[in-house]
Amino acid sequence: IAKEVAKLLEMKAQLGTDEGKHKFVLKTPKGTRDFGPKEMAIRERAFRAIISCFKRHGAEVIDTPVFELKETLTGKYGEDSKLIYDLKDQGGELLSLRYDLTVPFARYLAMNKITNIKRYHIAKVYRRDNPAMTRGRYREFYQCDFDIAGQFDPMIPDAECLKIVHEILSDLQLGDFVIKVNDRRILDGMFAVCGVPDSKFRTICSSVDKLDKVPWEEVRSEMVGEKGLSPEAADRIGEYVQLHGGLDLIEQLLQDPKLSQNKVAKEGLGDMKLLFEYLTLFGITGKISFDLSLARGLDYYTGVIFEAVLLQQENEHLEEPGSVGSVAGGGRYDGLVGMFDAKGRKVPCVGVSIGIERIFSILERRLEASEEKIRTTETQVLVASAQKKLLEERLRLISELWDAGIKAEMLYKKNPKLLNQLQYCEETGIPLVAIVGEQELKDGVVKLRIVATREEVNVRRESLVEEIRIRTSQC
Amino acid sequence: QGTRDHPPAQAALRDRLLSAVVSCFKRHGAAAIDTPVLELRDTLVGKYGEGAKLIYELQDQGGELLALRYDLTVPFARYLAMNKITKMKRYHVAKVYRRDNPATTRGRFREFYQCDFDIAGQFDPMIPDAECLKIVHEILSDLQLGDFVIKVRLGGFSVPQWETVVIVLWFYTIALAVTLRPDPEVHPTSLPPHGVCAKAGLQLGHALSWEYQDLARGLDYYTGVIFEAVLLQQENEHLEEPGSVGSVAGGGRYDGLVGMFDAKGRKVPCVGVSIGIERIFSILERRLEASGEKLRTTETQVLVATPQKHLLAARMKLISELWDAGIKAEMLYKKDPKLLKQLQYCEDTGIPLAAIVGEQELADGVVKLRDVATRKEVRM
Repeated sequence: IAKEVAKLLEMKAQLGTDEGKHKFVLKTPKGTRDFGPKEMAIRERAFRAIISCFKRHGAEVIDTPVFELKETLTGKYGEDSKLIYDLKDQGGELLSLRYDLTVPFARYLAMNKITNIKRYHIAKVYRRDNPAMTRGRYREFYQCDFDIAGQFDPMIPDAECLKIVHEILSDLQLGDFVIKVNDRRILDGMFAVCGVPDSKFRTICSSVDKLDKVPWEEVRSEMVGEKGLSPEAADRIGEYVQLHGGLDLIEQLLQDPKLSQNKVAKEGLGDMKLLFEYLTLFGITGKISFDLSLARGLDYYTGVIFEAVLLQQENEHLEEPGSVGSVAGGGRYDGLVGMFDAKGRKVPCVGVSIGIERIFSILERRLEASEEKIRTTETQVLVASAQKKLLEERLRLISELWDAGIKAEMLYKKNPKLLNQLQYCEETGIPLVAIVGEQELKDGVVKLRIVATREEVNVRRESLVEEIRIRTSQC
Repeated sequence: QGTRDHPPAQAALRDRLLSAVVSCFKRHGAAAIDTPVLELRDTLVGKYGEGAKLIYELQDQGGELLALRYDLTVPFARYLAMNKITKMKRYHVAKVYRRDNPATTRGRFREFYQCDFDIAGQFDPMIPDAECLKIVHEILSDLQLGDFVIKVRLGGFSVPQWETVVIVLWFYTIALAVTLRPDPEVHPTSLPPHGVCAKAGLQLGHALSWEYQDLARGLDYYTGVIFEAVLLQQENEHLEEPGSVGSVAGGGRYDGLVGMFDAKGRKVPCVGVSIGIERIFSILERRLEASGEKLRTTETQVLVATPQKHLLAARMKLISELWDAGIKAEMLYKKDPKLLKQLQYCEDTGIPLAAIVGEQELADGVVKLRDVATRKEVRM
């Protein structure tokens, strides 16, 4: 990596133009974007649904720094390590920006000697990927993680993770979805009985991973042609990976003459059966598919793995490999915390990451398509005046409203025209206007106007707060 | 170094605090925005004066030269210029990054939250400025941090203009019920307000506090009103850097910043405030510790429990019904947990109710609801 970077720096120096004519470009860094008020309103909706689900399941929230010691991240991401952002060495510790939330979580557990926790963490992560912003692929993006760490009776926390994915995707009403589940042990057992040499397990696994966007024939020729697998082994794999189903498939495989002789496959299948029993009790098996072609990219999974996929594509084109319509993914990773502990003490973990950026895109597109106008503020009332020289009265009234917790605004003009004030309400969706006028002040009332209907009603000043509360709670 | 994880107890307190601040910003009609943590180095260059030494830069890895944002104001100015926005009232709650030598007991970390509220646009003078002061006042009062004073300084005006500005700002803050306290340390000869207030027929009892020392905000871009809110109760804090003893909020007017980003130098006047949330957080944390009160880190309403063996299925069915109805519920991840352990878990984590299903209850089609605090049980 250092060599490549040095080459690029040399090229840059040769081009030499940068320092000379320094033209300032007004932009955000490549692969990053601002979130304006509309995007934030959508984001808030999505986060609210997700966080309320996490809380419903009793998760605590933690937060970790955006940077980690470089050494914490080294060696955890395999080939992807070259995508990590490093901070400049300015004397002091060498730092890098976090690449995901799982490694920081494992570090946090090991550092604090925690053996037992159920936590969620929503934050941005950083990858020096090749951004394809049209395809929703950024260098800075949100991850929403929920994880359960601890030694518990098997499959109960794993089932809860799946229940959570189901609840979130249902709440957000993203359309029909399926959650594919599989198990690392079943995959490993399957490869073994098909005659895949141990050394080729991981690489064959990543070929199988492509089955969600690429047809079997192509995957087969990659395995045989590029990865040197025997055609017989490939064909045997082909028979298995086309299978998907429910408890019936699990039973069938438990009876399979080859698989039932393989220790890890049996273990995996046994746990898969238990998982399905729990999912039945949770009432979600309708959307669960035990799918032998599910492989998932990351090295650190040790047991159950799962991926949620939307079934309605809504005119989308393909995204990054392994994520066609993918909106959530996760699994069990029992060995990661042990990598941080001095004595290698393990803390078993299972968790899920919600693909929030993808969900944002879908919600954004849906909003554009619909007629709905999303508000970017929550203001309940505009304090206005029709006559001149009433700025101080407006300030006094708005202050009373704020002090009572009412969400109110006013125009920053000494003598605004009533029409402009009403126009502002229509543009920003403010439902009420509290109009101060000389006569009303003398009479101790405020004229309350309902923007939608244009009705006006005189309200006693003391009752104004209550009146606003009542009318806006009905909206 | 200088950064910290936020374990659940801290994160819960911090979330509460941020909610209180955001709810004030929303009350004033601000819309939220967010910007990337990374900015082009060019965007940040020349905006921070002395502060520039403290910017975290990213390693040159062959692409654009990047740095971590130092505050939320420069990104805001960049956002306005980029999108050619001339009027906006926005809030932004996010982390910023500075390479100071952290003295963690005084609440200044290398990575810390800022809560910013800014009003951009050409408006009648001082009205938005007064609203910023009102916001500081509301937040500090709502959080019950004790007594505070908001110090105001005017820069970039000639003396005659001060008079108008003072009177106007003064009237607006009175109208907005922002009570500004007299600062006993202000040197008498440095008080133009005496003259001004006398002219306006005002009592000096509610004078704004004039600061002639540099408030050492370390920022180059202020052009008009500058203010800083300071807590008066120190709670065992020792003096900090000059100009920021117990500082919990600060801000001011910066009319030239957006123009620095616009190709034609078009100006958009701005005024805003930044709440020093980390310092407030330290204070609240210390206060919580001192009180011995234990803050809950979850919101779970009920634990689903079973007293006998082989009842896992019944527990899972019941908890699933509760979740589907939106109830916040938990259960232990054990096939056959002891009732005592389940009740203990409730006490440890503050869960107020336990829904117990045993063999008898299942047979009778009821659930026993137990109030953890009083131990009363009710069949339903």
